[in-house]
Amino acid sequence: MKAHGTAHKYGDNVDTDVIIPARYLNTSDEKELAAHCMCDIDEDFIHKIKGGDILVAKDNFGCGSSREHAPIAIKACGISCVIAKSFARIFYRNAINIALPIMECEEAGERIADQDEITIDFDSGIITNLTKQETYQAQPFPEFMKHIMAQGGLLQSISKEDW
Amino acid sequence: MLGNDITSPVAIKEFDQHGFMKVFDSQKIALVMDHFAPNKDIKAAKQCKTCRSFARRFDIAHYYDVGDMGIEHALLPEKGIVAAGECIIGADSHTCTYGALGAFSTGVGSSDMAAGMASGTCWFKVPSAIRFELINSLSEGVSGKDVILHIIGRIGVDGALYRSMEFGGSALSSLSMDDRFTIANMAIEAGAKNGIFEVDDITIGYMKERVTRPYQIYQPDPDAYEQIITIDLSQLRPTIAFPHLPENTKTIDEITEKITIDQVVIGSCTNGRLSDMKMAADILKGKHIAKDVRAIIIPATQSIYKECIKRGYIDTFIDAGCIVSTPTCGPCLGGYMGILAEGERCVATTNRNFVGRMGHVNSEVYLASPAIAAYSAIAGYISGK
Repeated sequence: MKAHGTAHKYGDNVDTDVIIPARYLNTSDEKELAAHCMCDIDEDFIHKIKGGDILVAKDNFGCGSSREHAPIAIKACGISCVIAKSFARIFYRNAINIALPIMECEEAGERIADQDEITIDFDSGIITNLTKQETYQAQPFPEFMKHIMAQGGLLQSISKEDW
Repeated sequence: MLGNDITSPVAIKEFDQHGFMKVFDSQKIALVMDHFAPNKDIKAAKQCKTCRSFARRFDIAHYYDVGDMGIEHALLPEKGIVAAGECIIGADSHTCTYGALGAFSTGVGSSDMAAGMASGTCWFKVPSAIRFELINSLSEGVSGKDVILHIIGRIGVDGALYRSMEFGGSALSSLSMDDRFTIANMAIEAGAKNGIFEVDDITIGYMKERVTRPYQIYQPDPDAYEQIITIDLSQLRPTIAFPHLPENTKTIDEITEKITIDQVVIGSCTNGRLSDMKMAADILKGKHIAKDVRAIIIPATQSIYKECIKRGYIDTFIDAGCIVSTPTCGPCLGGYMGILAEGERCVATTNRNFVGRMGHVNSEVYLASPAIAAYSAIAGYISGK
């Protein structure tokens, strides 16, 4: 699996309240959530992104609440992958569980600038910055996480017959 | 396994979409309608209705709605639904609160909740651990909130990322259960997977009145830690987290400027317990809050609310010019019941002060103890006396 798109760059501690503010949590509709994605950190976010674009941030992306609405909103607005130097743990597992591709990579989170053109090879974990002509190696996922992602999410991956 | 009126509807949708026909154990699931309940609008009403029908369909034993609900992380320990040695996941980040009882308790998302309800299982990576060795005892006017704000200020909002924060030491015997709940509650604000306390006589005494099933006490291994941080409680001062991160802390003595405020909120899963109400009432008794300050006080559960009435705290609050609300998370996450306008400032005993957390993106939240919140309400600016 590969991704290719333009980077949209943010800083440290992008929290779930700015990814999707609580005032929009009275719905679980993906399209409604997507319409407000990142609105409290960047009002123009949903207007400037194109399908397949890549969200890039520094440390502790997705800190704060457990709201799965945050990765749902990001995925539903067409972002193909989130790259960060580090992720807050609940966001990390939520992203895996809904099969939103994420990459933890110190160097990529630091080096990639806003509007850089990026390709990602999910199998090798290699992130290529076409604008800067650089490559970065991300942490590969353990097998069970790859399995969840490949199935399309946690619920798809657990066998119904077992329960 | 726990969910609330925000996270459960997403989980229920996934549970249904994937065709699950039964829950793993109807006695081990708790659904608490606390975030936007009593329903703040039609959409919130629909979300609670979804949870209610699910609870009735699967005969969920611990379903709490308007009338008997409280803020989930105050309610579950109070009802004896969580106990030492148990493994609890909750679709709410502050599920780490129950570590105060010596449980492994952690926040997850709605997919985990759906899978957990169906299967009774969850995937984990075993975290490494940081021990906080607590020594000596807190000075007058300093409480659990100051301890955890001090720690977050020291290690940062990702200082315990993916790790377990474990609390022990000789100071434990001087820390009440309410202080411990407050400390464990905010472990997530340092990025931790969980916050856990060693179990002692105080924990056992608390559970004795509430937990009827057998529970297990686990002791930490001495070589379990990647780091040990000693905190001398006697050196701590009232601590306030400035906008817009819980790590932006200053002690009350370090605040030299006069920071005027528009609102005070005393409540939440962090500080809505009886001792928090007492702390506020002792300060507000016979006083009146400053002109143009709104003070909203929210006892976290019905039994705390009733005890506040019995002890005269509610009279004290109302006479001081505060309002008292039925239990709800409401303003903490900017849901309702105290939203801030552009440029407004609030001192809150809640747990997060992110951009836009309590309302407008240009409003500000200062996190503090109930004592600082009460003093500030009277003064009209952030004050420690």
